[in-house]
Amino acid sequence: MFKLSEEGLKYVKSELTRYETKQSAIIRSLYRAQDENGGWVNHDVISHLSEVMEIPAAQIEEVATFYTMFNQKPVGKYHIQVCCTLTCGMMGGRELCDAMMKEAGCKEMGDVSADGMFTFSKVECLGSCDTAPMLQINRDPYTENLNMEKGLQLVRDLRARGKGH
Amino acid sequence: MAEVKYLSEHYSKPEYRSLDGYKKHGGYEMLAKALKMEPQKIIDEVKASGLRGRGGAGFSTGMKWGFLPNNGEPRYLLCNADESEPGTFKDRVMMEKAPHQLIEGMLIAAFAVKSHKAYIYIRGEYMGPAAILEKAIAEAKAAGLIGKNILGSGFDCDLDLYLGAGAYICGEETGLISSLEGYKGQPKLKPPFPAVQGYLKKPTIVNNVETLAAVVNIIRDGGQGYRKYGTEKSAGTKLFSISGNVNKPGTYEVPLGYKMIDLINIECGGLKPGRKLKAVVPGGSSAPVLTAEEAERATLDYECLAGMGSMLGSGAIIVIDDSNCMVDVLSTITHFYHHESCGQCTPCREGTGWIEKIIHSIIHGHAKPGDIDMLLKIADNMKGRTICALSDAAALPVLSFVTKFRDEFEYFIKEKKSKVRGGQIYAQLHH
Repeated sequence: MFKLSEEGLKYVKSELTRYETKQSAIIRSLYRAQDENGGWVNHDVISHLSEVMEIPAAQIEEVATFYTMFNQKPVGKYHIQVCCTLTCGMMGGRELCDAMMKEAGCKEMGDVSADGMFTFSKVECLGSCDTAPMLQINRDPYTENLNMEKGLQLVRDLRARGKGH
Repeated sequence: MAEVKYLSEHYSKPEYRSLDGYKKHGGYEMLAKALKMEPQKIIDEVKASGLRGRGGAGFSTGMKWGFLPNNGEPRYLLCNADESEPGTFKDRVMMEKAPHQLIEGMLIAAFAVKSHKAYIYIRGEYMGPAAILEKAIAEAKAAGLIGKNILGSGFDCDLDLYLGAGAYICGEETGLISSLEGYKGQPKLKPPFPAVQGYLKKPTIVNNVETLAAVVNIIRDGGQGYRKYGTEKSAGTKLFSISGNVNKPGTYEVPLGYKMIDLINIECGGLKPGRKLKAVVPGGSSAPVLTAEEAERATLDYECLAGMGSMLGSGAIIVIDDSNCMVDVLSTITHFYHHESCGQCTPCREGTGWIEKIIHSIIHGHAKPGDIDMLLKIADNMKGRTICALSDAAALPVLSFVTKFRDEFEYFIKEKKSKVRGGQIYAQLHH
């Protein structure tokens, strides 16, 4: 059963009183719980948050399933989200995503690679069209101005970095 | 008149991001000035400036502020920083380069509309700018610029940052309010408009990042002074996000009324050698596409683009050269709207899906000649029939792409391949 860490619990409690209503704390609490649950949200996470926040599980689930940044299934250590909308689509984002995915050893979008390192998603406009193609790793600041060579090197660098831990 | 640095005067200075650096360049002096003015006088100046919402709708900001009822209820000011319209990235640049400019604009706006609680709603993916804003808010709080009795004026205002989690629809103001309230970001029926019944059913003003930042300049130069740039109906400057097939994509501030083709050829360094302009999406993906010939004639103001059947929108200009297949470009747009439809209204939920399916069948070689008219019919049926404007936003690119570049769609259906790049486009090569 999922349980927030002591720090996580403290964070959620403070978020509950941060806004005008406690419901507004759901998104940040879900981010925290997702981080502590290895990058995804499942029913255990939702029931635990429901208990801690005293908000019906259905309402937390409604939020968790509506927004794309809450993952409904496990993801690799590096969740690579490649923008493929309009400008990024024109500038090679889709081809880049496919090639990086292959280099990382993922069979399909959304799969976790055998080494547990990678998951790839094609995502909608990330608001950085002047640096296309570009991507976001987990919830980090953006990785921009890519090309095929840089993208493939990024996969190799991340794999080396991931194994170092 | 070419590129100007009116809102973006100090954006190239890294120190401008910090409170000390911002103050060095006159930061928060306009807040001090505004706090000595009558709130109604500020609204009058904003009305006189002609400032129109920079998020996309282009509605008069001063008029919006004037819609708040005087019923003694608490009021909220929300900054829409859910910048998600494909092609748009100027708010991100503003928040990264000048977080205090936004905060100062918001505090002035809050004072003018008598709000004591303001939120910046920022999209969840913008973790970089969110961190910069959180730091700036903390600095401003510590300096007594946010909170009780701001600068000794007796005016109290709290300001906080709210993080979204990935949903285009939260950029629609009532969707944003639903999300801020802790629910799915589904839009609500208007009326009642947010100014009457918004966040927590209280009177609420929702303004875009760039709109609120411009308020600082209006206080400095006065409503009439702000009009030194722009045209009669499109006053002031605007930050344009330019991307696609130009040599120097980026964010450029130009006076409204500037020639689109000059922005492309002068500021953005034109197209790659040997390439020809094919089309321009002038105001974010929802804005009907312009042909090269229309783009040559277009000026960057609300009236000109509306007159061409398109819109200035968020000021996101996507430049498309002759190496692109318009069927392929439209396919990423139709996929986007299908993915982002919130699912409340049937014409949008079903229509975006059908459109994506038809475009998919064209690209994969099993469409019939009548499918082009079917696309037009579906898109037409999606307009003006839903709670919010997403359905229209999804229909407009389809109608304009198919009407203006019909030969490419017809060729694709007949030959089962694209008319450009020797038929080699992504969707065919990779699936």
